[in-house]
Amino acid sequence: MKSLDSLLRELPFFAGLDEEHARLIAGCARNCRFEAGQYLFHEGDPADEFFLIREGRVALDVVAPGQDPIVFSTLGEGEVVGASWLVPPYRWMFDARAASPTHALGIDAACLRRKCEEDHDFGYLMMKRFLPVFVKRLHATRLQMFDVYRRG
Amino acid sequence: MAVSRQNALVPALYRVGEVYRELPDTVTLRLVPESGRRPPCAPGQFNMLYAFGVGEIAISISGEAADEGFLHTVREVGAVSTALARLAVGASVGVRGPYGTGWPAAQGADVIFVAGGLGLAPLRPAIRRVLAERRHYGRVAILFGTRHPAEMLYRQELEQWRRRLDVDVSVTVDHADTLWHGNVGVVPALIPRATFDPNNSVALVCGPEVMMRFTVSALREAGVPDERVYLSMERNMKCATGLCGHCQFGPEFICMTGPVMRFDRIASLFSTREA
Ligand SMILES: Cc1cc2nc3c(=O)[nH]c(=O)nc-3n(C[C@H](O)[C@H](O)[C@H](O)COP(=O)(O)OP(=O)(O)OC[C@H]3O[C@@H](n4cnc5c(N)ncnc54)[C@H](O)[C@@H]3O)c2cc1C
Repeated sequence: MKSLDSLLRELPFFAGLDEEHARLIAGCARNCRFEAGQYLFHEGDPADEFFLIREGRVALDVVAPGQDPIVFSTLGEGEVVGASWLVPPYRWMFDARAASPTHALGIDAACLRRKCEEDHDFGYLMMKRFLPVFVKRLHATRLQMFDVYRRG
Repeated sequence: MAVSRQNALVPALYRVGEVYRELPDTVTLRLVPESGRRPPCAPGQFNMLYAFGVGEIAISISGEAADEGFLHTVREVGAVSTALARLAVGASVGVRGPYGTGWPAAQGADVIFVAGGLGLAPLRPAIRRVLAERRHYGRVAILFGTRHPAEMLYRQELEQWRRRLDVDVSVTVDHADTLWHGNVGVVPALIPRATFDPNNSVALVCGPEVMMRFTVSALREAGVPDERVYLSMERNMKCATGLCGHCQFGPEFICMTGPVMRFDRIASLFSTREA
């Protein structure tokens, strides 16, 4: 069976990571599996573990009272699920649900945050990987908000 | 096909052979010439359709009908498009064209089609051509973004394409309920998930301009050079023969050098607002 640090380095997100850093992250990681329909986390819960999808698809839902949940994004192989673990108050702002059987690496957020604090070089490297992902999502969300396909 | 300027301004008489309801506000019309044969056309070209007594607008050719007619997919947005979309079988329509540049042939390359909403209409003839001659192309990806699962153009045909094992078809919607099992998000987000060789790919893109801007940026990020990206610029036009200047885009008249344009040639103008 593959070790967690080799699994990590297979993900495009962590491509090129050196061994020491891979070990640091692997120390906070676990392998997990979700059945279709199972929730990875719920809105309002503490954001204490985020996920990197190895296989499968995860849907992000928001629920408005009295309405059916709206799916506003789906994430697939190699993508990061969850950003709220990076910023206080570390609580999820939406639900994440496996839309198909999903294999993921779960990363203990408090553990990774602590390692980033202890070693700022490592912390900066992590930020350089996470920030572009979240900025791109922000741009995509803007495009979604424009509702470009509505009538003329 | 070259159209002489004199003939170019006189519409030919066509008849509505069939009306397919695509969406509540969108139909595909099969237009058949009242006499003779229709002129040849290339994927990506458009016709000027004249709704008698109402006006004339540019509409892409969305397919060549088996009986030598044209297929046109029209969405109701204003007076002329609504008049066209509500024509009954047997009604008369004026047709001028075909006009404009077509999509590049792209044989030998990987082909990435990126369509948003109604932008699938002008791409459909190019997709059909590539699929009909599949072995002449490398990998083929069709990436389609639309508003909602219930507003999906050419759904049956998309499903047919999806069943093929030699094409990567990905559909995404802006939002959905939990019954939808496909992708949710914007179409540029599908680009990093598709498999192609960026240096030997040709990207054919059509959709609302904002969507095309984000798509171009995602293609650049994936390593596709600007000269391998083609966009269909569907800015409003009137004469379609380079006379009136209505569709001027910087130094270009879209009706003459477009609608399909190579991105490196228009990159500097691309964020220009429509006059
Ligand atoms: C080359 C080309 C190919 C086209 N292909 C198709 C097609 O296959 N199917 C189709 O339904 N439409 C297509 N269009 C758009 C179509 O020409 C316009 O929707 C039409 O001119 C609207 O005329 P109208 O009288 O119905 O509405 P108008 O009263 O003229 O306009 C109604 C609303 O639509 C907006 N609008 C008009 N034209 C455009 C445009 N080109 N782009 C964005 N917004 C616009 C106006 O700003 C206004 O808000 C194409 C346009 C071009 C230039």
